[in-house]
Amino acid sequence: MARIIVVTSGKGGVGKTTTSAAIAMGLAKRGHKTVVIDFDVGLRNLDLIMGCERRVVYDFVNVINGEANLNQALIRDKNCNLLYILPASQTRDKDALTLEGVEKVLEELSKDFKYIVCDSPAGIEKGAHLAMYFADDAFVVTNPEVSSVRDSDRMLGIMASKSRRAELAMEPIKEYLLLTRYDPDRVEAGEMLSLEDVQEILSLHLLGIIPESKAVLNASNSGTPVILDEKSDAGQAYADVVARYLGEKRPHRFIDSKKGFLRKLFGGK
Amino acid sequence: MSIDTKKMYEIQSVLEIKSSTFFVPVLVLYTNDLVVIEQRLLQKISQAPDFFRNSPIVFDLHELNHHNDEIDVVKLVELIRKSGLFPIGIRGGNEFQNAQANSIFIPVDNTQSIAAEISKTSVPTSQTVVKEVVVNNAATLITQPVRSGQRIYVSGDLIILAQVSAGAEIMAEGNIHVYNTLRGRALAGVQGDTNARIFCFDLQAELISIAGDYKTSEDLKGTVEKKPVQIYLQNHALIIKELG
Ligand SMILES: Nc1ncnc2c1ncn2[C@@H]1O[C@H](COP(=O)(O)OP(=O)(O)OP(=O)(O)O)[C@@H](O)[C@H]1O
Ligand SMILES: [Mg+2]
Repeated sequence: MARIIVVTSGKGGVGKTTTSAAIAMGLAKRGHKTVVIDFDVGLRNLDLIMGCERRVVYDFVNVINGEANLNQALIRDKNCNLLYILPASQTRDKDALTLEGVEKVLEELSKDFKYIVCDSPAGIEKGAHLAMYFADDAFVVTNPEVSSVRDSDRMLGIMASKSRRAELAMEPIKEYLLLTRYDPDRVEAGEMLSLEDVQEILSLHLLGIIPESKAVLNASNSGTPVILDEKSDAGQAYADVVARYLGEKRPHRFIDSKKGFLRKLFGGK
Repeated sequence: MSIDTKKMYEIQSVLEIKSSTFFVPVLVLYTNDLVVIEQRLLQKISQAPDFFRNSPIVFDLHELNHHNDEIDVVKLVELIRKSGLFPIGIRGGNEFQNAQANSIFIPVDNTQSIAAEISKTSVPTSQTVVKEVVVNNAATLITQPVRSGQRIYVSGDLIILAQVSAGAEIMAEGNIHVYNTLRGRALAGVQGDTNARIFCFDLQAELISIAGDYKTSEDLKGTVEKKPVQIYLQNHALIIKELG
């Protein structure tokens, strides 16, 4: 049986797709057969980040409508043969996804894959609901700012009451925090919430902090998930996240400002 | 039946009627003097404009009718609307007032009888409304955080071990205990139990209320922080006291 991971946030543009691509690649690189699904019907972003946009023939909606089978729609990643992408459709409207349709596709994928990563659209509407409904684990992507934290809290509430696990009174979805676009200098300057501020409100299991990084833009421009840029801070941060998710203990990095570190060295506070 | 599942889903997704419990403030009137009512109402609203802005409200004429003080429901509704509130129900009205309300699409609220049904405590209903509150001892335990947008309503006591987020709403007909930070709205004694109390470890609530008397975060500013407190009612005033 596969483990279904939803990457969600409520708020838009916080780094869900970047994260989905990175962790799916990370899991596959570590030997687990993984598929990443784009639930953002109508926008279609994941295939760009994964660099497979030109190989999209059939999509998630085609499979749900029975116009193509899964094997026709799944795209094997060019960098890792254990990773597959199920792209979203750009032409359909959001209502093309149905609960039964999604369930059927996930069931079929479960037979063959170890991890299923669901890249949720922004918001708390139908698309986001379908992306999280069948999840076992949730990666809650949050930026260190009040509105993002609030939306994450809201999303957590919805998962706690409107997911399949909640409705069937099963063990709840496991929730993890991914604090992304973290800029220690701006935190120090009081322009962003700190990790402690965020945790005071969300109190979630912290899976990792992803620093604000130029490497992310470079990665998306070249169509390779940033985790493959092993020298970059964001790439390493995502590798840590995957390792921690798989049970390894790794200390958290990228929390402190380099300036702050120097200040500490010289005895200031 | 030969309806296939696809069709059934489409039927289901059109609409659904669910039963839900809401917390709505009640405007209890003790005078029929519309000028005085307007004055006081605006004064109240100015104390917590955020809380009241566009808030639905039910008005209660029980006291007036008890003293045979006549009031024109249509004019009253007009006045309430002008103050920025949305009147959504009448309670304790006489036959004529209820008819007046219905004529301007204001529903007549029979909460008393509905509440009795909900709590399923088979209180023998007599003709006179006994103002005695039946305390339901059953307590509900919540171990998961109550997140923004979630609402909990219980007929007895409510015990919460995790945090209550801003934007969450917890309601109990009895007491509320939060062994963690309380940031959302907590309403105890929502069916009128003035003996109900709220206990919490760290009071940062948006609103606390006991039996309809409330304080908003504005009122709480700077009073107590990061200290265990209890909140109870004394002569219609909420008292916040440090525990221990
Ligand atoms: N750690 C980071 N450092 C710098 N930029 C980042 C980082 N993470 C994401 N971004 C940038 O933020 C933008 C939004 O990222 P992404 O598309 O992953 O967010 P999303 O949550 O999937 O958005 P949507 O809600 O629209 O689906 C992109 O331009 C991406 O390059
Ligand atoms: Mg996205």
